Amino acid sequence: MKQDNEVFVPENSGNPSEAQVPDAIELMAEEVPVGMTDRSADEAEIETFPEIPIEEMTENPVYAVEMRGISKSFGSLKALDDVDLCVRKGSIHALLGENGAGKSTLMKILYGLYTKDSGTIKIMGETCEIKNPKQAIEYGIGMVHQHFMLVENMTIAENIVLGSELTKSFGRLDRELMNRTIQEFGEQYGLEVDPQEIIMDVSVATQQRVEILKALYRGADILILDEPTAVLTPQEIDNLIETMHRLVEGGKTIIIITHKLKEIMASSEYCTIIRRGKVVDTVRVDAVTEKDLASMMVGREVMFTTDKKPATPGETVMEIRDLTVKDNRGIEKVKELSLHVSRGEILAIAGIDGNGQTELIEAITGLRKVESGEIIVNDYHIENGLPIDTHNAGIRTIHEDRHKRGLVLDFQVGENLILESYKDKGFSGKGNLFSWKKVNEYANDQINKFDIRPCGCATQRANELSGGNQQKVIIARAVEQDPDLLLACQPTRGLDVGAIEFVRNALIEQRDQGRAVLLISYELDEVLDLADRINVIYDGQIVADLDPKETDEQAIGLLMAGGTQ
Amino acid sequence: MRRFFVKVLKKPFSGVLIALIIGFIVGAITLAVGGFNPATSYGLMFTGIFLNTRRVMQVLINAVPIIMTGLAVAFAGKTGLFNIGADGQFIIGQVAGAILGYYVPMPGILHPIFIMLCAFAIGGLYASFAAFLKTKFGIHEVISTIMLNWIAYYFMNFIINMKSVKVPGSQHSPEIRDTAKITFFSREFRTSEAGEALIAKHPWLDSIVRTDAGFAILIMIVVAILLWLILKYTRIGFELRAVGYNYYAAEFSAMPVKRNALLSMFVSGGVAALGGAMFVMTTPYYISMLGSTEGYGWDGIAVALIAGNNPIGCIFAGLLFSGLKFGGSEIQSRLGAPTEIINIMIGVLVLCIALVPALPRLAERLEGKE
Repeated sequence: MKQDNEVFVPENSGNPSEAQVPDAIELMAEEVPVGMTDRSADEAEIETFPEIPIEEMTENPVYAVEMRGISKSFGSLKALDDVDLCVRKGSIHALLGENGAGKSTLMKILYGLYTKDSGTIKIMGETCEIKNPKQAIEYGIGMVHQHFMLVENMTIAENIVLGSELTKSFGRLDRELMNRTIQEFGEQYGLEVDPQEIIMDVSVATQQRVEILKALYRGADILILDEPTAVLTPQEIDNLIETMHRLVEGGKTIIIITHKLKEIMASSEYCTIIRRGKVVDTVRVDAVTEKDLASMMVGREVMFTTDKKPATPGETVMEIRDLTVKDNRGIEKVKELSLHVSRGEILAIAGIDGNGQTELIEAITGLRKVESGEIIVNDYHIENGLPIDTHNAGIRTIHEDRHKRGLVLDFQVGENLILESYKDKGFSGKGNLFSWKKVNEYANDQINKFDIRPCGCATQRANELSGGNQQKVIIARAVEQDPDLLLACQPTRGLDVGAIEFVRNALIEQRDQGRAVLLISYELDEVLDLADRINVIYDGQIVADLDPKETDEQAIGLLMAGGTQ
Repeated sequence: MRRFFVKVLKKPFSGVLIALIIGFIVGAITLAVGGFNPATSYGLMFTGIFLNTRRVMQVLINAVPIIMTGLAVAFAGKTGLFNIGADGQFIIGQVAGAILGYYVPMPGILHPIFIMLCAFAIGGLYASFAAFLKTKFGIHEVISTIMLNWIAYYFMNFIINMKSVKVPGSQHSPEIRDTAKITFFSREFRTSEAGEALIAKHPWLDSIVRTDAGFAILIMIVVAILLWLILKYTRIGFELRAVGYNYYAAEFSAMPVKRNALLSMFVSGGVAALGGAMFVMTTPYYISMLGSTEGYGWDGIAVALIAGNNPIGCIFAGLLFSGLKFGGSEIQSRLGAPTEIINIMIGVLVLCIALVPALPRLAERLEGKE
């Protein structure tokens, strides 16, 4: 068993078929940046001997991180089961897996946040016990968490030096020296920042850069990035990948946790796939395709293009005319925006985060004041209404933030399923009081119908469910109330491939049942996959109304960035 | 052995039990340091409570006010509001009870019902003001209710000080009318011949006739069950809990969140004020000038905390609290040990209860080491 996990090229399961090898080479040609000579050297060997484990090709490879036989249980749940992970020095190594597969747990063990039950860890060939993050830092490991750990009202320089401040006599902070040091330090790694800016004034991408610099400043040679692209725009993602390559050239080793296949293809050399706490395989990225990775991750072939019939749009359900909305700071975020959605179609709003999507959603759902314009749903005006008006007009929403707006995490799954329909007479027993028996019966029906797992979780609390299953609860609730318009805001955010497929199919099914679907997504793939019509939003306005069949990623990308066709 | 330990730790009630044990241990240490034998002290405390049924009944009677304020805090807590102002609402209820009990002539059974309804409404409105400030201006209810406590307290002293109210030569208001009293048997009856005869005939009635036992106990139990029913089985209770656990999700689910905040505080304040009114109608029959508040509302916060905001749990938590205090006074009178020791115990108890959420994690750790 152990032997299987150590090999770098799939032996038994994911053999790259002959048809796929040219694919891989094509990808290489496109995406390997110039200067990565060692990769192109290996390329030839891969081509000729695709099935020979890499370990045999190079003698005594140097591993920056060598984790062997790592196991970890939480109660009865085996989160990691005999996991091996070997990361070569000077490489970018991706950890791929569905939500809850164990990849974060593995990294938290490496960073000393969790203690392992068994197994050994070697850093740069040296066996070590990492009991806490402090020790991890001493071993040269740095971690950039998904949620940044920065002091919001301090400057960039102060955040980076925090804990090892530079001082003048009597312990006074030497701000000038700090700023200069950080400026130079950033330039050295090509991560330019303005050391004097306050964290809360800078963009998310810059904050991430600060986090990386912070880790480097503490002497990290091995960087762990936990889903670093989740918060970034496409351009920022490209920048990050560039930065990663530059860091590796400078001798650093990077482990990146992600479930975005494209980014793995674009950034990493090796990829370890983890499924349900076990290593499926470790592969050279240039020897496999996106599809191979996806099927290894979920254990079956995943449909990336969702099948759907052509749309048959009916009458208009929602029409928005000249809508203007301001954000909390009083800046106009939606500017005289107009759009309309009809029955039986999926209208996707494509755009980069921050172009007015959030304010548009809040205006429709009755959470934000409308300055001017109209929102008409089924002949009802709902601008400047309350959430209840939006409901009554026939709109149900899958909110982008499911923990904040979508679910009551401390409620049982059953209670969450009736969160919007609790007034339904069907749940009443004697004297108009709740009949929990009826509620749970209903919940169990929904759990079966929407395949919410674990099976029979009606009385489990919602926060015990995985992200994908939580989303299923929200979708089940929205759909079961028979809305005229389903407003889906980033419905697949943070979900694994299997759950994404489920959500996408559910949306198409809703469309086929004659409901209008308004999809707001930052992921262009999703937009192109699902939309019957695409509206591109830029700077608070719809700048284009496109037919997905007659357009492509480049054209939309250009429009999203404010260019013209 | 360890597996058993882990299992026990994971039970929600065991946290309270462990807190209790630690509280007693710390109390014992304090007693020992003070030069008193902990074993004798605890023995006295125990017999002090359970010596006869009359004492047990007294513990129950003493528990009613803090259970009521506990219920008030717990109900608001379930709906996401921290009603730190139960003390003030209790005082408002006391004032309502004393004033309406004396000035409004009414027939026997109607009088207490009238007073209790009025107290509930007045206390409810008083507390709703804090909720109004919260929904309208975003002022946190902890700040506003704590200030309303002081307003209530000085208001009570002001009312008693009015010439038309204060009984000349005393520091308290006039005693309420007999029609407003809600003890089962009047004080005169206890010492009368009829009273003696009744006890002689039915010895088990002793603890009811000779104490201030009254309808307050029954009403308290009814209120606790009612609140539990509302939270668990009604739509409004469902809404209130949803708002309490996640305001944003409740708002987004088109629930009337602002109305619910007002309603929740109204009920919470009403229950506390009802406790205050029943307190006046049960024992002192009047309100007195106070140098500081009696702190029933503060004890209520501790009761709600021990009960985990469960209305039924509040009854038991209140009884525990009341028992400790009653037993503590016994140690003081018999041994001369200061009651502060009991207060230290209660303090440690509350502190340990606050640590209860850490127990499952501790259990997991132990489990992990297996």
